Amino acid sequence: MSIRRTFTRPARISAIAPYLWMALFFLVPFGFVLKISLSQTVIAQPPYAPVFDLAQGWAAIEAALAALSLDNFRLLVTDNLYVLSYLRSLFVAAVSTSILLAIGYPIAYGMARLPRRWQGLVMMLVIVPFWTSFLIRIYAWINILQHDGLLNKVLIALHLVSAPVVWLSTDSAMYLGIVYSYLPFMILPLYATLAKMEPAWLEAAGDLGASPWRTFWLVTFPLSLPGVGAGILLCFIPIVGEFVIPDLLAGSNSMMIGQTLWLEFFTNKDWPVASAAAVVLLLLLLAPLWFYDRLQRRQLEDAR
Amino acid sequence: MARAPNRISPFNVVSLALGLAFLYLPIVILVIYSFNASRLVTVWGGWSVRWYAELLGDRAMLDAASMSFRVATVSATSATLLGTLAAVALSRGERFRGRTLFSGMLYAPLVMPEVITGLSLLLLFVALNAERGFWTVTIAHTTLTMCFVAVVVQSRLGALDRSLEEAAMDLGCGPARAFLRVTLPLILPAIAAGWMLAFTLSLDDLVIASFTTGPGSATLPIRIYSEVRLGVKPEINAICTLVIGLIAMVIVAASIASKLSGARGDSAAPL
Repeated sequence: MSIRRTFTRPARISAIAPYLWMALFFLVPFGFVLKISLSQTVIAQPPYAPVFDLAQGWAAIEAALAALSLDNFRLLVTDNLYVLSYLRSLFVAAVSTSILLAIGYPIAYGMARLPRRWQGLVMMLVIVPFWTSFLIRIYAWINILQHDGLLNKVLIALHLVSAPVVWLSTDSAMYLGIVYSYLPFMILPLYATLAKMEPAWLEAAGDLGASPWRTFWLVTFPLSLPGVGAGILLCFIPIVGEFVIPDLLAGSNSMMIGQTLWLEFFTNKDWPVASAAAVVLLLLLLAPLWFYDRLQRRQLEDAR
Repeated sequence: MARAPNRISPFNVVSLALGLAFLYLPIVILVIYSFNASRLVTVWGGWSVRWYAELLGDRAMLDAASMSFRVATVSATSATLLGTLAAVALSRGERFRGRTLFSGMLYAPLVMPEVITGLSLLLLFVALNAERGFWTVTIAHTTLTMCFVAVVVQSRLGALDRSLEEAAMDLGCGPARAFLRVTLPLILPAIAAGWMLAFTLSLDDLVIASFTTGPGSATLPIRIYSEVRLGVKPEINAICTLVIGLIAMVIVAASIASKLSGARGDSAAPL
């Protein structure tokens, strides 16, 4: 046992550099977001009034505290544009995650039942699109979905529709893009739990007279719940803040919060409102993030 | 007699085949159309490489590609270094002070919406008065991708038989030597896979790069995005095909690297 301990100390020392890096570039920046979200918008470069300037000492801090304003947050809860963006984001994320689960589960289940020697190859095939560019994969769909694109040509050739259907700039296109992009994130955790399942348990259920259908619902599905949870969180959390997919595929009449934030920041140059929008988004995601962190930790620490 | 419940059924095969077709068909169509001779992206005019030739004359696109490659190379390398250190600390450091915060900071960016990460890093760079461009994007990408490297390497370290390290130390190796001579060679495939994952993630990122870059230094995704917003163009099909080809080569290299080092293929795979 003493050997383990000698390896432990250098391992702890190796935490220092990544620790400092993440503290500086991940944790500290949130402080700035919070600070700017409480400051006033001005037309300047950078476009916000500094909340305080440490160089001027205590008086400046006092003045700054007095100037702190919740105006940006008040705007967020009273202006319908923002409230609707948040609601739409949560709704879109919930619907897409459900579709992902419904599509991803059968695929992961099929993978887990393949002969062992095939599983590695098929897993690689599922992972490869995850390595290919997000943007390019969405762009590939624009190719297919456009007015005289392949999908409409096929549908017309099959006499399913008589005139081209409008696909681009619709919610259906957005859902399609989201499901397409996030599918590997749903499949992989599901596959990981399904592949670990003991065939003997399923045989036992079968021997005891359960039909395959009942075996699935009574044994397989409950045992795969950790994978289901991981898949749901891995998809739901980033989809809520998604920007690229709704921007390129959905119509412009209703926006998700990622788009609203982007618009405030890049077009309206209203950094304080954009920061406040980010703070509220983070608050909404706090609970799922906490679950995700617990799950991730348990998974990796079990392997340790 | 009831059917054996763990045999593969036609339903399993069909769902797998449909799933894989869904994942690959759009990419295959994109690649085919990049070789289309016609300027109209929806009309097939025969095979041609003219859009690739036109890309060579597109100065802005070439500059963006060069910027992206430099950012991806530098950020993947620093992310691999930091991510591997983090993975070693988490899987071999037992309990230490601030461990919960440390692992939380490493796992959160994996799912954190990119608009939040991008905005917060930008505000930090503005507060530090840093000139925005190559270095700010590189730092931002290092921060994001080192977390992916850490997860990939940590799962490999977790699967490793620790008695090998212990044996080396029983035979008189110091901890540093035991790590360098025993552990490091064994996790090298995961480290290589981590580097390649970091490289492709950096090459792919649009949102964080848009926030953290400055005027005049667009990355390839920023350039592609601004073109895509204007509609489908054959040149974009061509540049996308080139990027896909490059990434395919990286993946083949990764699987060869993991085969050569004799590791089981699945343990070197990302995630």
